[in-house]
Amino acid sequence: MRLRVAAGGPAALKVLAAAGAAAAPVRLVWGGPLGETAAAAAPLPGRDPLVPAPVIPTPRRGPPGLTGLLPPAEQPLAPLSPPWTPALELDSGTVLFSPNAICQFFFLARGEEPTDLTNQWLEWEATELQPAASAALYAQLVHGRKGLEAVEVLGKLLVHIELNLSRRGTAYLAGDTKSVADVVVWGTLFPVLQDETSLPSELQVLRTWFQSMTLSEACRKAADSVLMPKALLEFKSYLQKQPPPCLAMERATSNEPEEEEGSEPALTEEEITAAVDAWARGVAALPKPWQPQKPVLPVEGMRNVLITSALPYVNNVPHLGNIIGCVLSADTFARYCRLRNWNTLYVCGTDEYGTATETKAVEEGLTPQEICNKYNAIHTDIYRWFDISFDYFGRTTTPYQTMIAQDIFQRLLARGFLLQDTVEQLQCEDCQRFLADRFVEGTCPFCSYEEARGDQCDKCGKLINAVELKNPQCKLCRGVPVVKPTQHLFLDLPKLEEQLEPWLEQSWATGDWTANARYITRSWIRDGLKPRCITRDLKWGTPVPLDGFRDKVFYVWFDAPIGYLSITANYTDQWERWWKNPQQVELYNFMAKDNVPFHSVIFPCSLLGADDNYTLVNHLIATEYLNYEDGKFSKSRGVGVFGDMAKDTGIPADIWRFYLLYLRPEGQDSAFSWSDLMLKNNSELLNNLGNFINRAGMFVCKFFGGTVPDMVLTPDDKRLLARVTLELHQYHQLLEKVRIRDALRCILSISRHGNQYIQVNEPWKRIKGDEKDRQRAGTVTGVAVNMASMLAVMLQPYMPSVSLAIQGQLCIPPDCFVLSHNFTCTLPPGHRVGTVSPLFQKLEHDQIEALRKRFGGGQAKQTPPASVTLMAPGDPELIQELTEEVAKQGNHVRQLKANKAEKAQVDTEVAKLLELKKQLALAEGKSPEVLVPKGKRKK
Amino acid sequence: MAAAARPGPEELALLEKLLGLPKGNKYGVQGERKVPVLQTNNGPGLTGLITIAAHLVKQAKKDQLLGSTAEEKAVVQQWLEYRVTQVDGCSSKEDTRIILKNLNIHLEDKVYLAGNIFTLADVLMYYGLHHVMVDLTVQEKEKYLNVSRWFNHIQHYPGVRQHLSNVIFIKNRLYTNAH
Repeated sequence: MRLRVAAGGPAALKVLAAAGAAAAPVRLVWGGPLGETAAAAAPLPGRDPLVPAPVIPTPRRGPPGLTGLLPPAEQPLAPLSPPWTPALELDSGTVLFSPNAICQFFFLARGEEPTDLTNQWLEWEATELQPAASAALYAQLVHGRKGLEAVEVLGKLLVHIELNLSRRGTAYLAGDTKSVADVVVWGTLFPVLQDETSLPSELQVLRTWFQSMTLSEACRKAADSVLMPKALLEFKSYLQKQPPPCLAMERATSNEPEEEEGSEPALTEEEITAAVDAWARGVAALPKPWQPQKPVLPVEGMRNVLITSALPYVNNVPHLGNIIGCVLSADTFARYCRLRNWNTLYVCGTDEYGTATETKAVEEGLTPQEICNKYNAIHTDIYRWFDISFDYFGRTTTPYQTMIAQDIFQRLLARGFLLQDTVEQLQCEDCQRFLADRFVEGTCPFCSYEEARGDQCDKCGKLINAVELKNPQCKLCRGVPVVKPTQHLFLDLPKLEEQLEPWLEQSWATGDWTANARYITRSWIRDGLKPRCITRDLKWGTPVPLDGFRDKVFYVWFDAPIGYLSITANYTDQWERWWKNPQQVELYNFMAKDNVPFHSVIFPCSLLGADDNYTLVNHLIATEYLNYEDGKFSKSRGVGVFGDMAKDTGIPADIWRFYLLYLRPEGQDSAFSWSDLMLKNNSELLNNLGNFINRAGMFVCKFFGGTVPDMVLTPDDKRLLARVTLELHQYHQLLEKVRIRDALRCILSISRHGNQYIQVNEPWKRIKGDEKDRQRAGTVTGVAVNMASMLAVMLQPYMPSVSLAIQGQLCIPPDCFVLSHNFTCTLPPGHRVGTVSPLFQKLEHDQIEALRKRFGGGQAKQTPPASVTLMAPGDPELIQELTEEVAKQGNHVRQLKANKAEKAQVDTEVAKLLELKKQLALAEGKSPEVLVPKGKRKK
Repeated sequence: MAAAARPGPEELALLEKLLGLPKGNKYGVQGERKVPVLQTNNGPGLTGLITIAAHLVKQAKKDQLLGSTAEEKAVVQQWLEYRVTQVDGCSSKEDTRIILKNLNIHLEDKVYLAGNIFTLADVLMYYGLHHVMVDLTVQEKEKYLNVSRWFNHIQHYPGVRQHLSNVIFIKNRLYTNAH
């Protein structure tokens, strides 16, 4: 067996001492901890090197860093251990990474079995002494504390050892002879206590024991070989890069907010009192809902929020990924803003100019305008069905678009931000036209994807200059185009960069930009800005108002974002109060990440250069991508759900909204899955949220004749109010940062609290009890129905129809439809509720499976999650019996295998097991083939 | 709400039942971490979850649960220690993630924590992780596939689960592209 240790690593001490004390025949391998660069160059294959495993003074919660103490070639010895930790590789190949287990092994190997007492010391050492010793060592090495001050945190623990030794009257911790316990405890103490002054003088017995241990041959040798001054210095410099070790009792004071659902933060008295006060104030605690004038215009003294979602390209029917990426995310946020009484305008529209429309028109034999009219109607229908609350949904093919785009162009021209240059462009001689953008296809010069478009590669996402395409082809006639020179205009981005950078800095400092938006923008600027062509040889677009260019139009990237302004202008002639008013207006842009550069660099540069006090984006909210099942949405392959098909599924729009928002690709890509949709609907909506709201309402109807009963709050109820208030605050915090998906969890969390509250208090039983019980039933029902009332408001941005249904069922007054930071009693005693009925329907497996088949995706052939949906048709007792027998036989087989029994015997027993499993499957009404153990499935 | 075994006395009561020991042991708790203490008639009693658990196993004469060879015994000891230091000490979602990730790697080629034999380490790790597994999403369960397989196996091991809620694992994989 090989023992790897690092000189300077304090945990090495105990394992070496134990090896010596137990005379273990180990081969020692010394490894110096690697520098960070070397470590990074040789990561453990497929392993996570950042593992705070049990270890002596290495801080347990240390950040990722060094991979290990082993030379790169021999690294993957102790995959679970951080640097500076010893590892023992046994001849069988097993690796022990816990220093205590290694020590234990040495003593076991020579026949010394653990006793209750040695176990107790080892456990105490691992859970109590180690963390404290780490802190003490850190204080000494990093903070330079000396003497008693340094071992302060060890005080009680040293006394513990002193008392145990003196009470038992033995020379060693677990008896009269040295055991693994002594070595382990000494090994942890020695690095901290080697400075004699650190040991409190009154602990006489401890001092004697410690000295005798230190003098023993094994320990002395270990100390000499490990704690060399140079090695200690290395260890010190390692420690200095780590955060200080955190002791359990100190954790409570950590000022890092724990935002985990699992750990419920403790409630303070103040929080409880405040929650009770707010509750008692009732509707008076809420602001009056504010209805803006139509058209919505900025109001002095109010928070004026302007929201846009990226303009969908007109002739693409949006799929679920497009919907969650832009319009649905923006809609949820806009609804939230309105509920906060912020003066909000949400605009969007179809982006209609450009080559793609022209191509499509040719394909369908229509004029471009006819194509736009047709598809604009499709978009409008889809978004109406998804209940997207645009204040205005417009389009870019309007006179305002021409006017505003040309104005911005003229201002850029006048200020010298436009350049003129000759461009080599592809011309198809057969079609007699220049081929821009999507009229040409070929091989991507970056990734060699063969179907790259003229402006962008669908595979690597890089922007392409059409002439750079390899093997270009005219998309219309498939002829080979030739390169011809033509004059074009360019936006001088390098010149605008000096204005762009300070603006970006300021916007990032004050606004909420998602991490991907910042990252993409940064890398764009880092790669260097180049002049960018803003004209194209097309007909379908905004004409360029300059002699020599009159037969050209603006390139869609220049033109399309101006659509936000022109669409607003079509909504109100006072559009400039939104778009030339950065002092009063906060602008949020929603989009998927592929759209970031146009909103963060190019469009701001146009507006900065045009210099007309434009409102520039304050908050750029970009999502990652949503995948479909195990691949991408693909219109051509018929894979995925597209906006116009969603309503044909029979699943209500609000369920779609919920599920899409639940998996909103915030921070990372996510994937739509039919099975998961069913699961989330049936668990979160039906069993959690719907169940709670329905029960709360039903109790009022059934037990109290539809009138909210009197409530007498107990301390438990008050804590619940505070708990719900905390969730509500969290909800606001998240939504203010546009973390839409995370905020949805708060809603579900409140209803979970509600379900537990009802479950624990059992109002359906208490209602049949004495006066006191009946009063309790009333209080619980009253609190629950008020929680339901608040949930209805919190849910409104996510599921507007469901919210409206709850409002109708519980007769929530319209004045309560506003969000504050208080959970108040909005349905006071005496309030009459209406007719309560279930809000959600169960999604059945067959229905989902049929939809999955219909919309494609790679999962169709697989088996459904049987445990969730299949109702076993068989006899439950038989199933129970067979299940137990299968488990029993399974264990029997494993036992045989573990004991290396004869193959023939194992085979017989395995055959029995398979037969039992088959019977079980039949009893459960399943097809037996599905019972292949999943662990054995080949990847 | 799913029943959860809080570390300490409750868990030891489950273990007693699993081992077929008669009831009657009295447990207390000690200190801020609420370390379980077994009161005995003679002497100062035993302190610490692993210590008491190992004591109960020996009392029930099921020593094989602590491993048979020196190597197995050390491995069992190691994972018991991991349970009380890492699993019980974890205080954030990030810690939990790391633990699941590590276990997932460790269990890649093993049926049980100690290889091919069922030991006390499996039992206590199961009790210690139960509250974590209950809250995992389908996607997370699939991400930590080896942990899920092991956990599902242990929860169906006769006598282990008792009143704890059964954690549902879905048989087919939903998020194949996540790997």
